[in-house]
Amino acid sequence: MTKEISLEHVWVEFGEFTAVHKANLNIAGGEFFSFLGPSGCGKTTLLRCISGFQEPTRGKVKIGGEDMRGVGPNKRPTALIFQNLALFPLRSIADNIAFPLEVRGVSKKNRRKRADELLELIALPGQGDKKVSELSGGQKQRVAIARALAVEPDILLLDEPLSALDLKLRQHMRTELRAIQKQVGLTFIYITHDQGEALTMSDRIAVMNKGKIEQIGDGKAIYDHPTTSFVASFVGENNVLDGTVLSNDGKVMQIDAGLGTPFAVENHPAGGPALAPGDACHLFVRPEALRLSKDESAINQFSTNFVTEEFEGNMRHIVMNASGKDLKLSLINDGTNAIEANAPVKLDFAPGMGIALKPGELASA
Amino acid sequence: MKMKSPTALIPGLYLTLFFAYLFGPLIIMVITAFNSSTFPRVSPWECFTTDWFGKLAADDKLLAGLGNSLLIGVGVVCVAIPIGLAAAITLSQVGPKLRAALYTIFIAPILVPGVVIGLSTLIFWDRIGTLFNAPYESFFYDGTFLTIFGQVTFIAAYSMLVFLSRIQRFDTTLTEAALDMGATPTQAFVKVLLPFMAPAIGSATVLAFLASLENYNTTVFTIVSSSTFTTVLSSKVRYGLDPSISAVAVIIIAITLIGAIIYECRNRYNTKSWALVVAERPALKVATHPGTVAVILGVLALAAVMFIQNHDSNACTAQILEDKRALQQKLMEQQSLNTPQQNVPAPTMPNLGPVGGNEGGASAPSPFGNNIFSPENLGTNTPNDQ
Ligand SMILES: Nc1ncnc2c1ncn2[C@@H]1O[C@H](COP(=O)(O)OP(=O)(O)OP(=O)(O)O)[C@@H](O)[C@H]1O
Ligand SMILES: [Mg+2]
Repeated sequence: MTKEISLEHVWVEFGEFTAVHKANLNIAGGEFFSFLGPSGCGKTTLLRCISGFQEPTRGKVKIGGEDMRGVGPNKRPTALIFQNLALFPLRSIADNIAFPLEVRGVSKKNRRKRADELLELIALPGQGDKKVSELSGGQKQRVAIARALAVEPDILLLDEPLSALDLKLRQHMRTELRAIQKQVGLTFIYITHDQGEALTMSDRIAVMNKGKIEQIGDGKAIYDHPTTSFVASFVGENNVLDGTVLSNDGKVMQIDAGLGTPFAVENHPAGGPALAPGDACHLFVRPEALRLSKDESAINQFSTNFVTEEFEGNMRHIVMNASGKDLKLSLINDGTNAIEANAPVKLDFAPGMGIALKPGELASA
Repeated sequence: MKMKSPTALIPGLYLTLFFAYLFGPLIIMVITAFNSSTFPRVSPWECFTTDWFGKLAADDKLLAGLGNSLLIGVGVVCVAIPIGLAAAITLSQVGPKLRAALYTIFIAPILVPGVVIGLSTLIFWDRIGTLFNAPYESFFYDGTFLTIFGQVTFIAAYSMLVFLSRIQRFDTTLTEAALDMGATPTQAFVKVLLPFMAPAIGSATVLAFLASLENYNTTVFTIVSSSTFTTVLSSKVRYGLDPSISAVAVIIIAITLIGAIIYECRNRYNTKSWALVVAERPALKVATHPGTVAVILGVLALAAVMFIQNHDSNACTAQILEDKRALQQKLMEQQSLNTPQQNVPAPTMPNLGPVGGNEGGASAPSPFGNNIFSPENLGTNTPNDQ
């Protein structure tokens, strides 16, 4: 069984401080949905609203169409995997996993049987009698997941469960989590401030900043077509230029970014925030969208000077300077992209690869 | 062998002095329990005797007081531990401002002198009793009840401090996890918080029980017409001590030692390194099991009790008495030689004892002269009277 979740105008206020600002969103049953945002942006708070530890000060949380106001965390069809895992240190692994069954009055024998099944699922068979302190970080992680699955929830909530792990293990756990989700077919709500994690695992992502949901969409939409300056600067690397809209014919804008000839930039494909002539804007161009001009007559061309280069094997990360503005440039190391250190270099980008947005808050690097 | 510099000896010297200071009085007390002298003292050593234990066993007042004390101790534990735990949990859950205020209120009874608590408990329940027109036999005037309530006011605060230090290390997300996993708040409390608090509950129970047992300041007011171990002891101090008090001390020290040894054995037995050591040595495993240790100590204690019951020091004490008589005789003779007028009673020391001077015990030179500690004041407490 999977259940859809909807948040309707959810606010959470702690005194003067607004932790969640009018969150509106629907999550379909069986979806892998991620919240992505910098530290302190209200991700955990929002998750606590869904799991029932925090009542929204305004708005509604609905699970399976039912209003959850006044329904305690022990009565909701959710299971939360805490940021710090919250395994019970005084209980054995098996007793930890069997805890949800214990409080539901399942007999000792059946509890043990189910715990063993779940231990099998998380690839820790026969380790049920170990203490929590005897497990590695990744194993604890898996025990926490098994314990949450023992609840047989409709929705599994995960609060940065991989943040404590090293890179290798994290990548391994990502695939494993995704596999478990496919296998048990639950709705997963996943919190992270690691973009790679969000982009690779999720069906859809909500990017949050300072309590506000900035954008909801799949990984491609979020990366290729951000709708706010914050999302454009937070997700992935981006070059940002301050500019002014000269004209907008509904399809292509002309933008003066102070680098010589105005740039042609396509409007947001999903009919995103429209810009009118005279508006100030942020023009974003990703490092991989910038390319060395092979053709003197290329569109959106401008002249730059070499600053530094960082060599990464397959990729070359180069910093170029254009009229006092540093721009990052990523080139594939295929031998065709030679740059001479002291000569001016012409760069350009395709009109479809530039993103013009209303000026807004940028993510701090 | 290397010569040690004098400064290297200082820590050793300091330790020796420190332990002497700590344990000296206890050791002296233990020794006096076995001296047949009617006043608890080490010198002059008279006879090795175990009669004081017999006397103690026959002291109905002290035993009744001890019974009351134990009853009150259990009562105090039953009331103070839940209150202390509840207070600690409350403090851990409220906001910082309220916490500071509540903390001050909870801790206040520790700062108030015990005498004041005793008196105010007495007066408070007396007022309440009068309000309900309760008869004098009702619990409003019952020493045991009043003492339990008087002591609970500050012992609950002690136990709260014990709980507080433990609960501060509790990860509240564990309770949330339990709730999230479908536990009711009661289940979360019983299955998660309570097991975590168990060690603190254990030590708070011991602390509360001991604090109750040894309390005097408050108890002396609230006990009314009844008595506890401490109030009986204090009245003994006032009306004349004998070494049966030392016998009490010996018993308490023995119980404490046995408890401490078993506890320590249990701790060591449960360490990982020891588990490795005994893994392949079943005999050693059985021998060092705290149960085995407890049995051995129990047998030793039993043997001590048997020894105490059967030891007979009458011959020695009779001999001492004889010596004293002879000494007195000699003194008297000397006296009669020194004072020509035989018919005028000379105010010399042996005759100063107001009672029992004719028994001969009076000739023992009391270190305090004719003061209230004088064993002769009890009149009937020489060992050979029993
Ligand atoms: N109980 C509370 N009282 C007051 N402020 C709170 C409370 N809980 C959270 N906040 C505030 O709300 C904001 C959002 O907190 P939250 O824990 O949701 O952040 P987060 O997005 O999960 O961050 P992180 O990635 O670091 O875990 C923070 O600024 C935090 O200080
Ligand atoms: Mg968080």
